[in-house]
Amino acid sequence: MSELRAFPGEPAFGIALTIGAYALALRLNRRWKWLHPLFATTGALIVFLLLAHIPYDQYRQGGDVITLFLGPTTVALAVPLYKAVRTMRRHLRAVALGVLAGSVTGMAASALVVWLLGGTRELMLSMLPKSVTSAIAIDIARQLGGNPQLSGVFTVLTGLIGSMFGPAVLKLLRIDSDLAIGAAVGTAAHGIGTGRLARESEAQAGVSGLAMSLAGVAASVLSVPLYVWLQG
Amino acid sequence: MRGLAILFLYNLLGIAGNKLLHVPLPGNVLGMMLLTVSLLAGWVKLAWLEESAQFLLKHMMLFFAPTIVGVIVYFGDIGAQWLPIVANLFVSTAAVLAVTGWVTGKLAARHEEEGDRV
Repeated sequence: MSELRAFPGEPAFGIALTIGAYALALRLNRRWKWLHPLFATTGALIVFLLLAHIPYDQYRQGGDVITLFLGPTTVALAVPLYKAVRTMRRHLRAVALGVLAGSVTGMAASALVVWLLGGTRELMLSMLPKSVTSAIAIDIARQLGGNPQLSGVFTVLTGLIGSMFGPAVLKLLRIDSDLAIGAAVGTAAHGIGTGRLARESEAQAGVSGLAMSLAGVAASVLSVPLYVWLQG
Repeated sequence: MRGLAILFLYNLLGIAGNKLLHVPLPGNVLGMMLLTVSLLAGWVKLAWLEESAQFLLKHMMLFFAPTIVGVIVYFGDIGAQWLPIVANLFVSTAAVLAVTGWVTGKLAARHEEEGDRV
C-alpha cells in the first residue's frame, strides 16, 4: 500500500499526466475554440490531484522536469523577436513607450484596487509586480516587503487571465495591429500570454517577447523609487 | 538536435550572466536577449535552430502548466482575501492591455503617417 502511495512521486508520473492532459486539451480546443488549452490542462490536473489525494510535492517531481523546458523555450523567443526587429525596427520606440505606459498603469491600478477593497499592505506589495515574468516579480516583491511565494502565484494567474482574455479585450477595444496586440499581451501577461500568441501569429509573438522583456526591465526600474518612497 | 543544443547553450549563458555576473535579469530572459543579438549580428544562423525553436514555441504553454497547478498549495491564502485578489487580477490586467495597446497603436500609426508625408 505504501508503495502505491509513493508511486506518484516517480518523475514519469507527473510528466505523463501533464503531457497527457495537455494533448487532450489541444484536442478539445480544436472543437471548442473558446476553451483555452492551458486553462483546460491546469483545471483538469488540479481537479485530478485533489480527487486522487495526490500531494503537489509528489506531482512536482515530474512537473519540475517540464518546467525546466521553459528555459530553452524562452530563449527560442529570440527567433520571432529577431524577425520582428527586422521588420518593425522603426516602431521600436512606439513599443517601448507603450510598455512603459502600461507598466506604470498596471502598478497604479493594482495598488488602487487592493486599497479600495480593503486588502492588506502585504497583499498590495505582493500584487504590484504581477504582470512581469515570475522570476523578476518574485525579486521585486521580496525587495518591497511583499510575500515572494504569493507574488509568484499572482504572476502565473495574471498570465493565465491575460492569455485567456487579452486578445478578446483588445478586439473589443478595436486594437487590431500585430504590433499593438503583441505589445499589450506581452506587457500584461508575460510568457503565458506570449505562449498563446506563439500558436497564432509569429509577428505578434515576436513583439510580445520583446514587450515582456522590456516590461521586466521597466518594473525593476520603477520599483526602485517605490522602495525609497515606502521606506520614507 | 543542433538547434536544441544551441537553445540550451544560450539558456546556460543567460543563467551564467545572472548568477555569476549578477546581471539583474532572469537567466531565461537574458539568454533570449543574447541569442537575439547573436542572430542580428550573424554569429548564429536562423536555419540552425528555427525548427527546434518553432516546436518549443508552439507548445510554450505546456511548460507553464506545472507552475500554475502549484497554485493549489496557496488556495487558503487566496481564499482569505479573495475579493481584492480576483478583482485586481481582472481590473489591472485589462488596464495594462488597454493602455499598452492604445499607446503603441497610436504612436505607430502617427509614425506611419509622418513617414508617408516625407
